[in-house]
Amino acid sequence: MTDKTNWDWETKEKQISDLNEWKSSYNWVEEPYASPDGEKIAAIVNTDDMEFNVCENSKAWEIEEPFEKAYSLRYSPDGRLIVLAAADDEWKTVVDGKPWETIFDFLWDLRFSKDGKAIAVATQTDGEYCMAVNDVPWKDSYSFITCMTLSDDGKNSGSVVQTINLGQAEVFKFQKGAFSAAVNGVPWDTNFVNVWNMAFNADGSKLAAEVRLNLYDYTIAVDGKAWNSIYGCVWEPIFHPNTNSVIAPVKVKDGWTLAQDDNILWDSRFAQVWHQMVSRQSDKIAAIAATSYGKWTVAVDGKPWDITFGDMVTDAVFSPDGTQIACIGTDSGKYTICNDGKAWDIKCDMVWKPVFSPDGSKIAAKIDKNGKRTIAVNGKLWNKMCDEVWEPVFSPDGSKILCRSVEDGKYYRRVIPVSEF
Amino acid sequence: MALPYIEYEKNIIDEGLETGMKNLTQERIDKALAKVLDGETGAKLKAYVDTCVHCGLCSDACHMYLSTKRDPTLTPAGKVKRSLSVLLENRGNITPEIIKKVSIVASTECNLCKRCVHYCPFGIDIAYMMSVVRRICHLCGVTPLYIQDTAHSHAVTQNQMWVKEDEWIDTLQWQEEDAREEIPDCRIPLDKEGADFMYSVIGPEPKFLAQLLYQTAIIFNTAGLNWTMPSCPGWDNSDMAMFTGDSEIMGRNKRFHYEAAQRLKVKRIVMGECGHAFRSVWDMGNRWLGWGMPPVPMVHAIEFYYDLLKSGKIKVKEKYKKSVTLHDPCNTIRGMGLHEKARYVVNELCENFIEMHPNREHNYCCNAGGGVINCGPPFKKKRVATNRIKAQQIADTGAEILITPCHNCHSGMEDIIGDYGVGMHVKFINDIMYEVMEKPEIE
Ligand code: SF4
Ligand code: SF4
Repeated sequence: MTDKTNWDWETKEKQISDLNEWKSSYNWVEEPYASPDGEKIAAIVNTDDMEFNVCENSKAWEIEEPFEKAYSLRYSPDGRLIVLAAADDEWKTVVDGKPWETIFDFLWDLRFSKDGKAIAVATQTDGEYCMAVNDVPWKDSYSFITCMTLSDDGKNSGSVVQTINLGQAEVFKFQKGAFSAAVNGVPWDTNFVNVWNMAFNADGSKLAAEVRLNLYDYTIAVDGKAWNSIYGCVWEPIFHPNTNSVIAPVKVKDGWTLAQDDNILWDSRFAQVWHQMVSRQSDKIAAIAATSYGKWTVAVDGKPWDITFGDMVTDAVFSPDGTQIACIGTDSGKYTICNDGKAWDIKCDMVWKPVFSPDGSKIAAKIDKNGKRTIAVNGKLWNKMCDEVWEPVFSPDGSKILCRSVEDGKYYRRVIPVSEF
Repeated sequence: MALPYIEYEKNIIDEGLETGMKNLTQERIDKALAKVLDGETGAKLKAYVDTCVHCGLCSDACHMYLSTKRDPTLTPAGKVKRSLSVLLENRGNITPEIIKKVSIVASTECNLCKRCVHYCPFGIDIAYMMSVVRRICHLCGVTPLYIQDTAHSHAVTQNQMWVKEDEWIDTLQWQEEDAREEIPDCRIPLDKEGADFMYSVIGPEPKFLAQLLYQTAIIFNTAGLNWTMPSCPGWDNSDMAMFTGDSEIMGRNKRFHYEAAQRLKVKRIVMGECGHAFRSVWDMGNRWLGWGMPPVPMVHAIEFYYDLLKSGKIKVKEKYKKSVTLHDPCNTIRGMGLHEKARYVVNELCENFIEMHPNREHNYCCNAGGGVINCGPPFKKKRVATNRIKAQQIADTGAEILITPCHNCHSGMEDIIGDYGVGMHVKFINDIMYEVMEKPEIE
């Protein structure tokens, strides 16, 4: 987790940069990104024909050569600024203006460890694929990778890999199994027809994934070993942070439910179950679920909330102590936040993932209403409607909220007492 | 002028069907039948089977029947008789050979176009019945080779064409770079969170038809739209797994698609000119997952172009001069009723629009849809031969250009135009809009 104690929680308002001025300095300025602590804002800028750079707080990076291409600009959780950039068809990961040494033919899928100390990318060189973490590519590469993942501590990376080459339309060879998962580049011993979304356990020592055994039998594999039970379908597994057991949504005869270590966990059945999550603090297991067709909710330990949403439920999250859950619920194209089965009164055009205060008494979220962006706390809107805002951050004591916003083209960092909402 | 009838080989050998049949066991057949007939189908299938009175009124709906000197085996009811009825009536005695035979009927002799539903006094949905047969064949592993390979591509890459993740991004960046020759600050914004909409396409666009991405970039940048495309899997809205009966892969792909949009926090998805993909995102895949409607509002290109022209965001510099006719793709016209909007768009863009007859929801199918064209070269001649009526219909318009706002229709039409010698070119609306629109002046 990012340490927020050293951030400036006192200065009420800072105008960090005037993006209007950037626009007059460059041919164009792409969409900006604010740093987690709000002190910096950055964007990819075009400086000339096929020439790009990154501008941060009004200052362009000092780079030897302009980039011919640049994309995927993001701040890591620890506040470093990363872009994937190319010159002469050579791609490099550039961190705070300094390129990594290793050059690739292509880079994509930028991801970070929880604390941001590890930066991972998917790479391709001469048609060979692997991941690279902190400038160290895997020793082995493959003809295809997908579903990249990084353990929370950043020490282990994994992806689906193709282990057997397939010629055009070799469907029966495909059905014998040509895919596996690789951890730090080393593949499992077993091949499957398909391998998909995977997850590491808390210490990164185990990897679980969805697998298809033939055209129609699905199950979960852990470190290459498939569960004994066969399911009609499965979704992404996760590890229980306290018990190391594997929990995954599975489709059985009478609907979807959760299974744990190859045993059915919930008695209840649903029209859909996915995005399951476990609270390390409370041991509660919850998932987004459809009680029937077009009725979406959250089920906690197998029991659905009474409230349902017609369009969808997304972005469910536990409170820090694991006693509450908040999510986004959507009905007839209108978005709101729902907390333990009770929806906010405000309806928005878009809502971002809800954020709990450290003590769980408040929920804040970025919202879009009538084409403007703002922040809402416990269902009440901030008094500013902005061109852009970033997701709100609570101070470590929960008394203040960091609001990062663009108003009339100017980027502001504000610290606002929660009581003012 | 009357076009000739084309003879075709009835006994087509397809490796997917032959090897699938050889690998098939009795136990697997019984399991597949039990899963589908006892588990997945219910009152709907029973009602259709019990209600059909074999009156034959649906026969004249089917382009295959009409194209083949009225071959009775190709009537909608005749196809049911040769596939689903065989399975229902002989359950317990179904052999691998029978599965192969019914797979040929369901996969290559019906486009799931639903024209016949309009002709049946009871509204019996033959397309649904054919889909049930395809599902059984999928669970038996007996599906034509090329479409099975495409379903495998969907399973591995979440796109139709085995396009790798870097190839997708690279193609977009290349098109963006080329488009800057016309609009210096033109962008194809990748992963722009909070954009108004996500634009999604089908696998063949980056693979073979990258100019459509280029043209779209010019159209959207000219209109000043706030849009994005995902750099990750989920960008492809197409779905051959839906047509092989692999519902699980269909659902998985639609989940990737909609979750890409959810992660990007877009208010809606706009999709390119594809018909079957619309069926998958609007009706089939979303519902298999439990969403009643698309969880993120979904707009087909026809409707989006209509809005762009109606709102004046795109203005026409000079209308297209050549005479054009318009094909009505089954999935967006019979499936969604976008025919009047399509005509508005064509009339706004083109000076000389000639209707083909019949038209709108009564239009004939292209015979490529429903995955039939994706069954590949072994079935091409049969596909062309069983759509003489469509070739005749478009030839009778005398138009120079055929507009088909659907990828599968596009390819199918090119085949019949070529083989029947109809002198016509096929275009997407996108091609014509790009050609006739006002573009920003370069300073
Ligand atoms: S091709 Fe169309 S008209 Fe012919 S049987 Fe199939 S759904 Fe009916
Ligand atoms: S029109 Fe309807 S009832 Fe008559 S044969 Fe066709 S499907 Fe059966």
